Amino acid sequence: MGRTLAEKVWDAHVVRRAEGEPDLLYVDLHLVHEVTSPQAFEGLRLAGRRVRRPDLAIATEDHNVPTTDIGRPIADPVSRTQVETLRRNCAEFGIRLHSMGDANQGIVHVIGPQLGLTQPGMTAVCGDSHTSTHGAFGALAFGIGTSEVEHVLATQTLPLARPKTMAVTVEGDLPPGATAKDLVLAVIARIGTGGGQGHVIEYRGSAVRALSMEGRMTVCNMSIEAGARAGMVAPDETTFAYLQGRPHAPKDADWDDAVAYWRSLRTDDDATFDTEVQLDAADITPYVTWGTNPAQGVPLGANVPDPAAMIDAAAREAAERALAYMGLRAGTPMREVTVDTVFIGSCTNGRIEDLRAAAEVLRDQRVADGVRVLVVPGSMAVKAQAESEGLDAVFTAAGAQWRSAGCSMCLGMNPDTMAAGERSASTSNRNFEGRQGRGSRTHLVSPAVAAATAVAGHLAAPTDLKG
Amino acid sequence: MEPFVTTIGRAVPLRRSDVDTDQIIPSDWLKRVERTGFGAGLFAEWRTDPGFVFNDDRYAGATVLLAGPNFGTGSSREHAVWALTDYGLRVVISARFADIFRGNALKGGLLPVQLPAETVERLMHLVETDPATAVTVDLGARQVRAGDLVADFALDDYTRWRLMEGLDDIGLTLRHEPDIAAYEADRPGWLPVTTPA
Repeated sequence: MGRTLAEKVWDAHVVRRAEGEPDLLYVDLHLVHEVTSPQAFEGLRLAGRRVRRPDLAIATEDHNVPTTDIGRPIADPVSRTQVETLRRNCAEFGIRLHSMGDANQGIVHVIGPQLGLTQPGMTAVCGDSHTSTHGAFGALAFGIGTSEVEHVLATQTLPLARPKTMAVTVEGDLPPGATAKDLVLAVIARIGTGGGQGHVIEYRGSAVRALSMEGRMTVCNMSIEAGARAGMVAPDETTFAYLQGRPHAPKDADWDDAVAYWRSLRTDDDATFDTEVQLDAADITPYVTWGTNPAQGVPLGANVPDPAAMIDAAAREAAERALAYMGLRAGTPMREVTVDTVFIGSCTNGRIEDLRAAAEVLRDQRVADGVRVLVVPGSMAVKAQAESEGLDAVFTAAGAQWRSAGCSMCLGMNPDTMAAGERSASTSNRNFEGRQGRGSRTHLVSPAVAAATAVAGHLAAPTDLKG
Repeated sequence: MEPFVTTIGRAVPLRRSDVDTDQIIPSDWLKRVERTGFGAGLFAEWRTDPGFVFNDDRYAGATVLLAGPNFGTGSSREHAVWALTDYGLRVVISARFADIFRGNALKGGLLPVQLPAETVERLMHLVETDPATAVTVDLGARQVRAGDLVADFALDDYTRWRLMEGLDDIGLTLRHEPDIAAYEADRPGWLPVTTPA
């Protein structure tokens, strides 16, 4: 019987298989950042262990770093200690690090692809759940905890139970105004926060094929919000064109060998998935979340749902709690929800195409009075690219703030946070209670909707704005 | 890792679904570089509400957490497990766990017990009716017992053995170092290394 893409990549990385035990899987790329690694390095030191393959690891500072005054020491002493700890650990164990201010510094899931380190058919891990991003290349990439970070550092492997497979097939053309972000929010709303549990999702169908690499990264990034371990897209000409010429992509004869292998990385016609889900691209419109988990989303044109109409008791209870936290009333049109903050950035939507989409909407427009807009590029390279295209001038002319790279307000570990009761339209990935600051309220949206919302002062699509 | 065999104690009922790791341990706490001391941050925001079940003295000293479905959703932070164990919890019982949280729990000696939603509901009802109800979680027998309730749970033999012995995963894997070396020798030469290009 044929195999799925995920099964092919899995099988190619099994170091050891024994009856009644998890497979021992080899890890091709280990991405490291300051938050989930200090205790892992300390564990190595305590056990007198070394890093087996420092040449397969790369580190960056992203979660804690400020996005202003990056030439100065980090003001928060606890954040500073954590970043300095990463620097010491990378120096001691010989791991390449891109520090604040470095031209290649950025969010871990933005710099891997950008450097050409993420390639089809690889296994990639990181102590961060959004590692699923790298699956856009047809890599098997997933988030791990700190104990597993230590395990990978020491052995370059992980003992893992084989996951189940899920096909999410989206056929047709996305309507104008609907983006990769809307597609994945619609998928999550359909299957729920636990729908992908235990599975690796493969995104398939013509709507997925038509996405750029950056769009595919946005989709795979949020696989974890549906509970899936990883998300993947089979590599194709779009993938190869993105990779060719990047610093760590194979070159010359190696390139030909690699591409020949990469072309074999597709689900066989006679393979079967454990679970299959189908969506019609034509039904997908700009999506926004109304609640406190990413599955609590509706089309922008819809109203805040009524918990009383929900049949499932747990869903009803969760919705009631979410509406109370969000300060929303059932039946309110989503377009009438006003915001005071707009965040454009994160590993979900902090790449150059995202900034271009936002800039297109903000060009010759003004941010609404009382709305604070942060534009935070996903990496310093994205920042440089945006500036070379003049996007920074578009943002600042509109009244938005143009920042340096990092995770920033996606999770508010740096100074970019919201106050209690403040409400954002955010291109990030999580609308959990307090995610962007204690008491903050988050609506997840695409970059285009975020930009239109900044101008309108309420949740809006670009087509809602007057010329 | 400390071996896990059986725990007998009170259980605290948390009637919420989709409890995410940002609630279990807010991101402020992730700036620490230690592995201990996270108990004070457990459910930090929710604990500011005097009516929150963790502020109910009748459940003080609980070793078992009863939670709604999809517990531990969200980020990969193992700090969530460290917060639960540092607080004194040894077991979380839920109808469904997020994958990464479950993996982290098993590494950290916190036993995630998956039971049908109806069974979790019965347990919640039991401990809400009588908070002093002793809940026994017996890993050897793969069984939860409380009052007249007896519920078997599934856990693969390998994981159970590892937990009961308190074995170090890295040590186990390093026994297979020759397999790792053999695999490495066969990897295609075009695969990338991170050394500056």
